[in-house]
Amino acid sequence: MPVIKKVLRNRSATIGLVIIVVYLVLFVMGAFSITPFPPNEQHPKAADRLQPPGMTYVMGTDQFGRDVLSRVIRGTVYSLRVVFISVAIAAVLGTLLGIVSGFVGGLVDTLLMRILDIFFAFPAILLALAVISAVGPGPYNVIPAIAVVYTPIFARVARAPVLSIRSAEYVTAARSIGMREWRILFRHVLPNSLDPVLVTFSLALSWALLTEAGLSFLGLGPQPPESSWGLMLNEARNFATSAPWLAIFPGLAIMLAVLGFNLLGDGLRDIFDPQSRM
Amino acid sequence: MTSFIFRRILTFIPTLIGISILVFFVIRQIPGDAITAKLGAEGSGSLTPEQEAQYRAYFGLDKPLTQQYLDWIGGVFHGDFGISEVRREPVLVAIFKTFPLTLELAILALFMALVIGIPIGVLSATRPGSAIDFVGRAVSLLALSLPNFWMGTLIILLLSSVFHVLPDQGLYIPFFEDPLRNLGQLLFPAFTLGFAFSGSLMRTTRAVMLETLNQDYIRTARSKGLRDRAVFIQHALRNGLLPIITLAGIEMGYLLGGTVLVEQVFALPGIGRLTYTAILQRDYALVQGAVLFIAFNFVLINLLVDFLYSLADPRIAHAGD
Repeated sequence: MPVIKKVLRNRSATIGLVIIVVYLVLFVMGAFSITPFPPNEQHPKAADRLQPPGMTYVMGTDQFGRDVLSRVIRGTVYSLRVVFISVAIAAVLGTLLGIVSGFVGGLVDTLLMRILDIFFAFPAILLALAVISAVGPGPYNVIPAIAVVYTPIFARVARAPVLSIRSAEYVTAARSIGMREWRILFRHVLPNSLDPVLVTFSLALSWALLTEAGLSFLGLGPQPPESSWGLMLNEARNFATSAPWLAIFPGLAIMLAVLGFNLLGDGLRDIFDPQSRM
Repeated sequence: MTSFIFRRILTFIPTLIGISILVFFVIRQIPGDAITAKLGAEGSGSLTPEQEAQYRAYFGLDKPLTQQYLDWIGGVFHGDFGISEVRREPVLVAIFKTFPLTLELAILALFMALVIGIPIGVLSATRPGSAIDFVGRAVSLLALSLPNFWMGTLIILLLSSVFHVLPDQGLYIPFFEDPLRNLGQLLFPAFTLGFAFSGSLMRTTRAVMLETLNQDYIRTARSKGLRDRAVFIQHALRNGLLPIITLAGIEMGYLLGGTVLVEQVFALPGIGRLTYTAILQRDYALVQGAVLFIAFNFVLINLLVDFLYSLADPRIAHAGD
């Protein structure tokens, strides 16, 4: 049965997928500038500033009279783009490291895993902060920071199944017909260790969203007047008591996106590894 | 037992060295070194090359990198983490001024997470598939998805607009000086952090309980006529404690350095905010020292968890014998 059919049979995976599809629609809208108002357009008239949600401005306006909904949509483009790119980098890099390490074994494996242990000694946000301090703040400097945080996780996840695949009969068989080691690695070991990587990919997207939003919130991501969910929350702090919608909607956008990837990841785990059902 | 602990400590030494190398070289990647940053900050770009060279020599920046690393780590071994240029005090002093707050915050948060997470997890596991279980799982999912800095913002919003109070901000008041004000400062931030962590705790507790409840000795305990409560708590939960201890330990390690966002939201002068400000102000010695301190803490807590683990399950200590 193809994966998508299994996903649709799993309740949490289906809900997660629906949420993600909604975000993808928002992403496309934002990318093609299909928003109720231009996201950075200011409306200096007092009547348009700090307006509560209503007919014209569905999610209200901020202190510059900018439409919150349009800025949330625009923020979707930024957040999803950064998170997808950085997690994809981490997944490719980490998976390669993990399967090679597990397959080769011996001293190389021990050494690599020890080095990865070092990365696990830092809280995600702190490691990301340290990397940002080295590359400097900036909208896309967040990408290496997040990639560094999640690469070790993928390496561990990808390595685990390799340890048993390494001595599987089909690997011995491949070797006995004279297949080269690197071909065995990519033909047999890699495809058979991808399931947990896929599960982790979805979960890592949810964690990375939180990291990205946190960095933006600290002002280390995109700079004003650009918009991202975390940055919007940061800017809302001074007006939150008089205009709570400024803090509510961007936060909701983060939470629902994280929820979507979490649900999908959980569902995928149930599908691929029924024994670890939570 | 002693040899087990000794072995564990030995394996941690390379990790510690690795951490210090990583921290040192990442911070060294920062464009512009301490001298140019300092000159830029003081707006006196009129130094002659000779004076600049003197400065470099004074701070040891003219030496090869490996020598600089050895000098730095040698100092660390003597408790000398260098001087914070911005705060004009030793790095270690700055760390010890801010660390107690974060430590207390982390302990409170862990406590709240355990108090929220374990009962809900146990309750969920006792009636899998029931309405209680559904609610429990929904809460855990919510906890895992809520950004803690947003939750903190919402709490402040709620407190100020509904109850017209603001959490106590500003200088940290140690618990023993004024317990009430201290808790007033830390209660809400700790709840914010603790709730976020209770999600994974609920999940682990539930999974572990479900697994142990299927074991033969549970059936035996039941067939002896033991009450449900005794079975759940004395037999199932006790045996399920190991993964929970591990999770709590790891989380404690992360809490000691991962509180920067919540400290920022609640304006608390903890070590997370110290590090963040140091990064913004390019106070390299401080960044280096604080990051190293946090990572060392994490490793130390891991060691402690291993130790607790071997106490809870003696089989582990003898695994290698």
